[in-house]
Amino acid sequence: MGDLLRVENLKTYFKTQNGVIKAVDDVSFSVTQGEVLGLVGESGSGKSMTCRSIMRLIAHPGKIVSGKIWFQGEDILSWPMNRLVNYRGAQVSMILQEPMTALNPVQTVGLQIEETIIQHERISKNSARDRSIELFRKVGIPAPERRIKEYPHQFSGGMRQRVMIAIALACRPKVLLADEPTTALDVTIQDQIIRLVEALQDEMGMSVVWVTHDLGVVAQLCDRVAVMYAGHIMELADVIELFENSRHPYTRGLLESIPSGETREVQKLIPIQGQPPDLCNLPAGCPFIPRCRYSDKSCTSADLTLREVKPGHLSACKRFEEIWN
Amino acid sequence: MDKVTYITGRLLQMIPTVIVITVLVFLIVRLIPGDPAVTYLGIRATPEKIADLNARWGLDKPIYVQFGLFVVNIFKGDLGESLISRIPVIDLIKMRLPLTLFMAAYAAIIAVLCAVPLSLVAAMNKDKFIDQVIRAVFVTILSTPGFFIGILLLIVFSVKLQLFPVGGVGATFTAKLRDLFLPSLTLGLGLMAVLTRNLRDGIIGILRSEHVVFAHAKGLSERLIMLRHVLRNAMVSGLTILGIYMSWLVGGAVIIETVFALPGIGYTMVQAILGRDYPTVQALTLVFGILVSLIYLITDVVYSFLDPRVSL
Amino acid sequence: MTVAALPEQNKLVTRKSRWMSLTRLWKRNPAIILGIILVTAIIFLAIFGPSLVPYDPIAQNYKVRLQPPSSQFIFGTDKFGRDIFSRIMTGFRIDLQIGIVCVIFPFIFGIFIGLISGYYGGFLDNLLMRIVDISVSFPFYVLVIAILAILGRGVLNMYVALIMVGWIAYAKIIRGEVLVAKNMEYVLAARALGYSNGRILLNHLLPNIISPAIIFAMSDVIMCIMEGSSLGFLGLGVQAPAPEWGVMIADGREFITQAPWLSIFPGLAIALVGISFSMLGDGLSSLLRPTDR
Repeated sequence: MGDLLRVENLKTYFKTQNGVIKAVDDVSFSVTQGEVLGLVGESGSGKSMTCRSIMRLIAHPGKIVSGKIWFQGEDILSWPMNRLVNYRGAQVSMILQEPMTALNPVQTVGLQIEETIIQHERISKNSARDRSIELFRKVGIPAPERRIKEYPHQFSGGMRQRVMIAIALACRPKVLLADEPTTALDVTIQDQIIRLVEALQDEMGMSVVWVTHDLGVVAQLCDRVAVMYAGHIMELADVIELFENSRHPYTRGLLESIPSGETREVQKLIPIQGQPPDLCNLPAGCPFIPRCRYSDKSCTSADLTLREVKPGHLSACKRFEEIWN
Repeated sequence: MDKVTYITGRLLQMIPTVIVITVLVFLIVRLIPGDPAVTYLGIRATPEKIADLNARWGLDKPIYVQFGLFVVNIFKGDLGESLISRIPVIDLIKMRLPLTLFMAAYAAIIAVLCAVPLSLVAAMNKDKFIDQVIRAVFVTILSTPGFFIGILLLIVFSVKLQLFPVGGVGATFTAKLRDLFLPSLTLGLGLMAVLTRNLRDGIIGILRSEHVVFAHAKGLSERLIMLRHVLRNAMVSGLTILGIYMSWLVGGAVIIETVFALPGIGYTMVQAILGRDYPTVQALTLVFGILVSLIYLITDVVYSFLDPRVSL
Repeated sequence: MTVAALPEQNKLVTRKSRWMSLTRLWKRNPAIILGIILVTAIIFLAIFGPSLVPYDPIAQNYKVRLQPPSSQFIFGTDKFGRDIFSRIMTGFRIDLQIGIVCVIFPFIFGIFIGLISGYYGGFLDNLLMRIVDISVSFPFYVLVIAILAILGRGVLNMYVALIMVGWIAYAKIIRGEVLVAKNMEYVLAARALGYSNGRILLNHLLPNIISPAIIFAMSDVIMCIMEGSSLGFLGLGVQAPAPEWGVMIADGREFITQAPWLSIFPGLAIALVGISFSMLGDGLSSLLRPTDR
């Protein structure tokens, strides 16, 4: 099938004092070589946890309860720790939302790139140093020879994010997981970073999973999109198909609540009613029921398996045919 | 600002504090009821001798003149004469200060050497049995007075097991290491307890932090992450605690030296107070004050070298 | 965790969590229950101890000097033939008194100064900060014994010295809290309503910022008992023949080899009191502070 990465029925649960949080509840999707998949949802939808599960970075009280994650035909969830160390950072890399907390404040950025390179490839320190300078140049950090010796707090927010990208790409991974990398940056910088990732992705042919809550970013960058809510995937489609022919009430709600900026007439923004879900106490059936305009009694016994709308377009809404045809 | 300027600046900052300390110490002694000359002469006191001594010590002059003389004498290195042993106080200090400093350093080293591995074990096994045991032991240590722990150690190791001497200290360096082990251990236990608790909390916090997650995401080995990312970061914050509690060590020396009968400045201070040896009390208080200020200064400077975020 | 939109579910969630929190408290924090029990027992002994003793703690009896623990003398006797058990029972009152008095007065005075200094600033605040700087430059014991050098030794002077040095920590804590809190909205609101400064300080600020001081007071009780017994040990505080535990340990030092029980039992008593208050203090601080998640 040509899938580089395939997530199959992934369930990641957290055991807390208030109950069990089903952060990722039976999630399945795949990523092919060279494509950019967007993972969209609000806070608590499970998009970050999905990425961390793919990296097997889930720690107590969280646990990957069941499912499989196929990378190049092998299930990484069955791997022992020492194989994982070769996988992370080298085959699949991740960048995080807030570079100031993600980078070690008392270590130079140069060291932080070099240690990744040295960990995965047996090259000398000097070669690693040259490579990191080159990487800095590639991600657009001026005067790399000087800046490589500096500390994270000496960089601006956008520059720090570039540093993190440089680190993530140092060993030419096949898949890049980007967990809301531009959320903490202002819009102009955001745009620069997105273009940078686009260019790098083009050049290196790697796949990207881009996590965001911003549909605008999705439109700009992604080939396919998965929309998540309360730990489930609600809809999965090509980006244009999603924007033009969405078949899920939640996605529709998201699309209706952002201004289009295209029409000149006064536009009414329709927010999604209700509150974000309490992940410990989800109602029976579809978790979106409390906020859904279209729900009826049958939704409380719905299961959320993805149904085909047309080839390449899946929706978890049991009633999408009734609602929109 | 480079390091030299920073250090000079901090040294200069110390000066006002030292001045105030000097004034206070000066006033303290003048506040003691009774006439120092009478105390000094004891039964040999006669009105002429008293007047003579007062004149010699300058006690009949106005207070600001006395203070001036006091300060001048300090710079000359003349801190008066001990009423008990009749030798210049400055010599007394020269003889006894090194021992106290040795013990304080020894105690600090023991404390750090034990606290680091213990806190690591405790943090990595958070809330499990070994962690609870370590924490319980240190709570007990902190709840027990130092002099009692010292006496217990004496009973067990010096009396019953005869491993260490009951009192006094040898001359050579190795002799010192052996003889001062128990007192330094006692002195350092409180520091060890606080340091372990602080490091443990620090390590737990770091283990949960985003940058450890990212380090894992980079595919670094567990050992590398522990050493380079977790421990090193935790130690930087542990150092501040060390600095604050170093003055604890110096204060604790007062008691420990009495328990183990060691001739350091702590023991000397207690004897001086019991024997109303005011020149010595005055001089030693001054020494303690300056010592603590210096320790803070050194800690600040060392910390600025370790944490690059500290902007000079 | 936000609550689900359906009102039915709301009620269910709150009731369940309140019930869980009580049993959870016991399971997660048995220390505080134990601490309360022990401290209550200690306070009881402090009040009633002296009346429960089998022998007079001060009476000397040379016929029974240095007896090891036996059925007649539970903890043995000291060099004057005094029953150690009786002395320890009496000592509860002495040492606990030190712990409480040397915390209460600095607590009240220190908080008072801290409130005014932090709220009004100005000359008083600068003065306070200078005092803090100086006191921080000396090891605690050195300050205390320097004061005792002036005043002379003895119980009363010890109290004076400990209180004179002890209030500074409270003032520092509260001043810090006030500096942060006085710019918060609830204070500005009270000001806008025209409340007098005194009323704001007492009714609004104080209840909100007092918990760090209370947490510190818990550990301060332990520290004061340590300090009191250390000073007793050095001969600078409570004086013999009073059965203060530090004094007893000092008395027992010369007989360490032949009669170690002279020093061990009073030491254990101090440790027991220290641990009890530690547990209470720990439990209290985890209640008063938000638990870390």
